[in-house]
Amino acid sequence: MSTPPASPLKILIVDDEPLARDRLRALLSDIVGQLPSEVVGEAGNGLAALDILRDTPVDVVLADIRMPGMDGIELASHLGRLEKPPAVIFTTAYDNYAVQAFDLNAVDYLLKPVRTQRLLAALQKVPGALPDSALLTGLGHEIRGSGRTHLSCHERGRLLLVPVGEVLYFKADLKYVTARTMEREYLLDDTLAHLETEFAERFLRLHRAVLVAKLALAGFEKAAGDDAEAYGWALLRGVPEKLPVSRRLWVPAKALIKNS
Amino acid sequence: MLRVLLGINLLAGLAALAQVPDLAGWAGRYVELAAVVQPLLLVGLGLLSLLRDALWRLPLRLGQCCVLGLVAAISAGLFSYTASLGLADGGSVWRFVLLSMAATAVLLVYFDLRSRAFSPALSEARLAALNARIRPHFLFNSLNAVLSLIRARPQQAEAALESLSDLFRAAMRDPGEMVSLADEIALGKQYLELETLRLGERLTVDWKIGPISLDLPIPPLMLQPLLENAVYHGIEPAPEGGTVRVAIEQRGQELRIAVANPTAGQVQHAAGNQIAVANIRERLALYYDLEARLEIETSDNSYEVRIILPCQRRQPAR
Repeated sequence: MSTPPASPLKILIVDDEPLARDRLRALLSDIVGQLPSEVVGEAGNGLAALDILRDTPVDVVLADIRMPGMDGIELASHLGRLEKPPAVIFTTAYDNYAVQAFDLNAVDYLLKPVRTQRLLAALQKVPGALPDSALLTGLGHEIRGSGRTHLSCHERGRLLLVPVGEVLYFKADLKYVTARTMEREYLLDDTLAHLETEFAERFLRLHRAVLVAKLALAGFEKAAGDDAEAYGWALLRGVPEKLPVSRRLWVPAKALIKNS
Repeated sequence: MLRVLLGINLLAGLAALAQVPDLAGWAGRYVELAAVVQPLLLVGLGLLSLLRDALWRLPLRLGQCCVLGLVAAISAGLFSYTASLGLADGGSVWRFVLLSMAATAVLLVYFDLRSRAFSPALSEARLAALNARIRPHFLFNSLNAVLSLIRARPQQAEAALESLSDLFRAAMRDPGEMVSLADEIALGKQYLELETLRLGERLTVDWKIGPISLDLPIPPLMLQPLLENAVYHGIEPAPEGGTVRVAIEQRGQELRIAVANPTAGQVQHAAGNQIAVANIRERLALYYDLEARLEIETSDNSYEVRIILPCQRRQPAR
């Protein structure tokens, strides 16, 4: 670590099992002579961890892979949006698939039960960049069988989390993708193509620039006259705006909704 | 090979019997039929033995379809050949092809059933493989929890290691041996204590054991995997945790073991869950054949698995 010895390494422990957190805390205090560190917080899942990270500067996050609410893989994917992203070291009891991917991509991880020397070595290493989002998306699908539970975005320097279940549609404008929930819109920096693959079960492509939540679809209507932008319009539950449907996707979209 | 020859001839004989009412006419008709059937049979078997290696490499169902297709092609070919010789005794080519395909299908089913029935070693090995199944995730997380306890609460750590070794002893026991219901319940309780260690207050368990004789013999590891499933799918994914409900009761001559967990509005992880349930179902079939069953009941917020066993001593079907 490039941290000078005067300021101890600030560590956040994230694990849903209290005893697992206790053990990491105990090991860290065992090696405090070789590596000065300070546990600045503990969290039981990714959401609670992000709450702490909003206000507390942290150098290293020790994150369990499997946790309820928000798992460690998803937590890592949101860390990059923080003002000063901490390094992440994953901990796992047994996730062969993830461990192989970590080895291939030089991502730091510790196997539980964690050994003191391994922990020391991992913390002494210069932290690598945060794992890339494609790797995390793949691992997320492997571990939880679906995309992330939340999307993250910046607003006035703050990290905002948008539950994916509340998003009615995504719409791409020139530069940004907006996510619309019942209450308001959020500006994201994910691409529409990436969102489409990550949330394929939940969202449906209607148009070059539009993904709609299947559950939010209320119906369809044909466009009057010869509209260049849309062949037809999709109506939504709960919000007044209509979404354009392209000629190519009109038939498959209607068929899919009829069958579900 | 021999079975195919005899089988087809038997079918031809039956067909002849169906067409001709009296025994004297039957022999003649059979000879007539055989003149058509034998060339087909010999050509077919010859080709099959040439293609045997290639067919073996295909998945079972696909292989069977290939055999059917092959037979259809040969019979169509032979039919047009005999027709060109003027020997065909009426009927369309389709009738001939369908008949030969039907005969082939009957034989394929027969061989399939036979290979299943005559492998006792296989069912023994299957039982063993099905039994040894403690999730590695559970093992390593439990060891991690115990390591954490050793300094602060050594006595609790000792108890946890004892439970863990009992659990492994049970998983490695001879799968053919029955255990008493009381032992299986004790094992389930030990398992849940270990999980409580890890999950803390997120896990609560509600036991309901009706009036029942606790020395009833049951196959080993019937209850524990259900509990493991309930914790893994119902409690671990829920940040607030929940309650696992266990009900064991006797109804008439049936022992019912039911384990229910909350689903917290989530879809039960389909794949992993089906493996565990299919595993128990298969073991029930090996022990009891059709006399035991496994039922699953899902509602909006709960998932329940019930095992219903006959209350009597049984050895696994061998």
